[in-house]
Amino acid sequence: MNISQHFPVFVIIIPLISAVIIPLVGRIRRIYGWYVSIAATFSSLLLSISLLRTVFEKGRISYWLGNWEPPWGIEYVVDYLSGFVLVVISFITFIITLYSMKSVGKEIPEDKITSFYSIYMFFVAGLLGMIITGDIFNLYVFIEISSLAGYALIAVGRKRDALIASYNYLILGTIAATFILLGIGYLYMVTGTLNMADLRERLPLLYDSTVVRTAFAFFSVGLSIKIALFPLHIWLPNAYTHAPSVVGALQAATATKVGIYVMIRIMFTVFKPRFILEVVPVSQMFLYLSAVAIIAGSVLAIGQKDIRRMLAYSSIGQIGYIVFGIALANKLSIIGSLIHILNHALMKGGLFLVVGSIVYKTGITNIDDLKGLGKKMPFSMAAFTIGAFSMVGVPLTVGFVSKWYLALGALQAGKWVFVLVILISSLLSAIYFGRVINNIYFKDDGGGHTTKIDDAPAGMLVPTLTLASCCIIFGIAAFIPVYITRFAAEMLLGG
Amino acid sequence: MEIITSIKPLLIISVSLIAVLLIAASRKYPNLRESWTILAAITKFSLVVSMLPLILKGKVIEYFLISVLPGLDIKFRVDAFGIFFALTSSFLWIINSFYSIGYMRALKEHAQTRFYICFAIALSATMGIAFSANLFTLFVFYEMLTLCTYPLVIHKETPEAIKGGKRYLTYLLGTSIGFQLFAIFLTYNAAGTLEFSNNGILAGNGSALLLTIIFILFIAGIGKGALMPFHSWLPAAMVAPTPVSALLHAVAVVKAGVFTIIKIVLFVFGVDLASQLGLGHGLAYFASFTIIASSIMALRQDNLKLRLAYSTISQLSYIILGVALLSPDAITGGIMHIIIHAFGKITLFFTAGAIYVATHKTKISELNGIGKQMPFTMTAFTIASLSMIGIPPAAGFISKWYLVLGSIEAHQMPIVIVIMASTILNACYFFNSICSIL
Repeated sequence: MNISQHFPVFVIIIPLISAVIIPLVGRIRRIYGWYVSIAATFSSLLLSISLLRTVFEKGRISYWLGNWEPPWGIEYVVDYLSGFVLVVISFITFIITLYSMKSVGKEIPEDKITSFYSIYMFFVAGLLGMIITGDIFNLYVFIEISSLAGYALIAVGRKRDALIASYNYLILGTIAATFILLGIGYLYMVTGTLNMADLRERLPLLYDSTVVRTAFAFFSVGLSIKIALFPLHIWLPNAYTHAPSVVGALQAATATKVGIYVMIRIMFTVFKPRFILEVVPVSQMFLYLSAVAIIAGSVLAIGQKDIRRMLAYSSIGQIGYIVFGIALANKLSIIGSLIHILNHALMKGGLFLVVGSIVYKTGITNIDDLKGLGKKMPFSMAAFTIGAFSMVGVPLTVGFVSKWYLALGALQAGKWVFVLVILISSLLSAIYFGRVINNIYFKDDGGGHTTKIDDAPAGMLVPTLTLASCCIIFGIAAFIPVYITRFAAEMLLGG
Repeated sequence: MEIITSIKPLLIISVSLIAVLLIAASRKYPNLRESWTILAAITKFSLVVSMLPLILKGKVIEYFLISVLPGLDIKFRVDAFGIFFALTSSFLWIINSFYSIGYMRALKEHAQTRFYICFAIALSATMGIAFSANLFTLFVFYEMLTLCTYPLVIHKETPEAIKGGKRYLTYLLGTSIGFQLFAIFLTYNAAGTLEFSNNGILAGNGSALLLTIIFILFIAGIGKGALMPFHSWLPAAMVAPTPVSALLHAVAVVKAGVFTIIKIVLFVFGVDLASQLGLGHGLAYFASFTIIASSIMALRQDNLKLRLAYSTISQLSYIILGVALLSPDAITGGIMHIIIHAFGKITLFFTAGAIYVATHKTKISELNGIGKQMPFTMTAFTIASLSMIGIPPAAGFISKWYLVLGSIEAHQMPIVIVIMASTILNACYFFNSICSIL
């Protein structure tokens, strides 16, 4: 019996168990909670990488939980798509966990730190579970695990606003989860199965059934709320703004990405591309919605005074990009979407970490107050600049790669108007990031900060710079992620 | 055509990037810091010169760096046209570096380290544009040039400078992302490649309408060429210190713009396709309009640097005009005008800067009689003006001669009249400046 056969379940089990261990070891010394989190996320990362390698060597991995044969038992599936997203998400969570210690220590009351890390690990386990599961009800369970943990993480924020933000998110998130559960119920009602691969086989005969179509409608609405697709985004800006910095970064870089991954799974694995393109052309609806999201997110970001809120609105636009590529549903555009899952996680994660460092050092979140920070926090600000350039889509950064594929995908589909949407939103993001960069580097603070401020401590700086340099590395060596996502896109469209 | 692989193009680009590190490291020691700039400038120029013999023998030097994505390569190719532009800019960087040191120190400017760093990056970007072998490489360095010159434009950090900088970025980034990048997407989608080729890559790859749209998007997208109505960033950029205006906004940046336009007309579309679709003529009329309109605007400026800026706008359109006519003589004239205008205009800016350092005056109306105080400076000013107008034996005459020949060759008499009329206008505003100064 080879231990590596059980890697798919270890990816989930390790964070889950550590979530329980943390309160125990946290009693001995608080810092142990952090150590365990790092160990858990790091081993998830290693396992994910090894799983992805196995996929490339041997093809799709199907793991039967408890050795129950699917469709009766729960199946965990690692293929090109889930392997890729697993690596992305576990990498980002590892980096953010590395970063978290000082920031959490400053922003969260001391007696809550241990329980914070415990919930944090539940959140991570939920996300990784959503990615790896091949069972649609198990998916719902993991969605709820990560969501409930997510509400709690946001509520830990210092100000009372955090509670309101968390409560809003809780209400909307619960509505979304209910929709998803109803969708699952309807599908089970007509097919009698919960296994995704099995559903895929059985559903085509039922594409005309109203129940199946209603189920798909429920999935669409529920997931659109989860990923904050405009105009169902209202929970997101407050949640990102009032959550502790680490949580903001984690949510922005991972939670919505996994939501979109689930959307892809439902659209392309549970249903077949034919369903969304021909039978019920919802792809058209998502196409226009995402175009509106791209523009609206960017326009709303311009008006913001708080930098976290600006980044949050920018995220809404970026989610639009990913949905846009999926809705176009050709090979180039799907590569664009999948690669943007990685790219946006890198750049938005990096940007939120920089904001976290600013908050840690100065407590500032207002854009106008950032004046003169370029000299005081040179490395953090360099990371911010790289992230900002990447968001605008300057060539040789990751942002350009996504835009290249999305635009080519749009052209290939003959929808050149959408290329304009992409370009206009690039310009809009140049405007709102330009304003911040101008403040950072080219405006004097007029002796505002009398206290001497230096750059963030190394423990925060190294993870931030890692993400920033990834923005450039994967912008130049873009063929590496493209190589993986190409297989994933072919798999989604082909089979 | 023989192709030689050599790392020299990459070296030439990296020389000033290495200098950036050294400049940043020695920011506490101004003399050391400035010597890095000079050293980099000289090294860069000698490296460019060392490639010259091969190029003159008709060979082409190539260097392939990395393939970012299938179809998107960072690749350099040095041909006669590229090395011509590189020679001009790298030579003028040496001279300009000495001038900058004098200027910046005399005015005790702040943030000098940033100034020299951005300057060095700008020169790297310029070389990158000159040596790019495909549209992607060109676009990368084009954007790099925009971004690294922004801190130079707003160097003074006054509200006025910030305002100018905002306009600078809006126009240059706006056009390049909004139009040029769109055109690149369309080109790649139509042709499947972005590689420059002597016969163009677009011929036969799309309907006439699509190709015309791509052409218009490209021309509109190259804001650095300062073709009207996308010209107003150039006067706005005049808030920068004079060495920046001299080398970057009379030579490197704007010439990079027209260089890109020429590359696109000749190597993306190709002469045949461009004339077949009548694209050249359309461009020629646009350029003609810009020549006349900006000359008239130059006449109305009282600020010396602004007058020179409008003059630059009109002179750039000479170059574009030369290419747009698509006849051999006109193209020769246009390309020659790149170097001739570079030398003339940088001299004029140097004198404007010298006057500012000596007297702190910027308006022509305030400069009465300054010729007697600064005889050498004003001699240089007069000679350069003569060249700008195109009076023999000054060099400006030669390029105008070819341009006129070329337009006759292309049977474009209206263009000949435009060149004549603009010469008269040039004469008006330069003699007017000279008279008020003397």
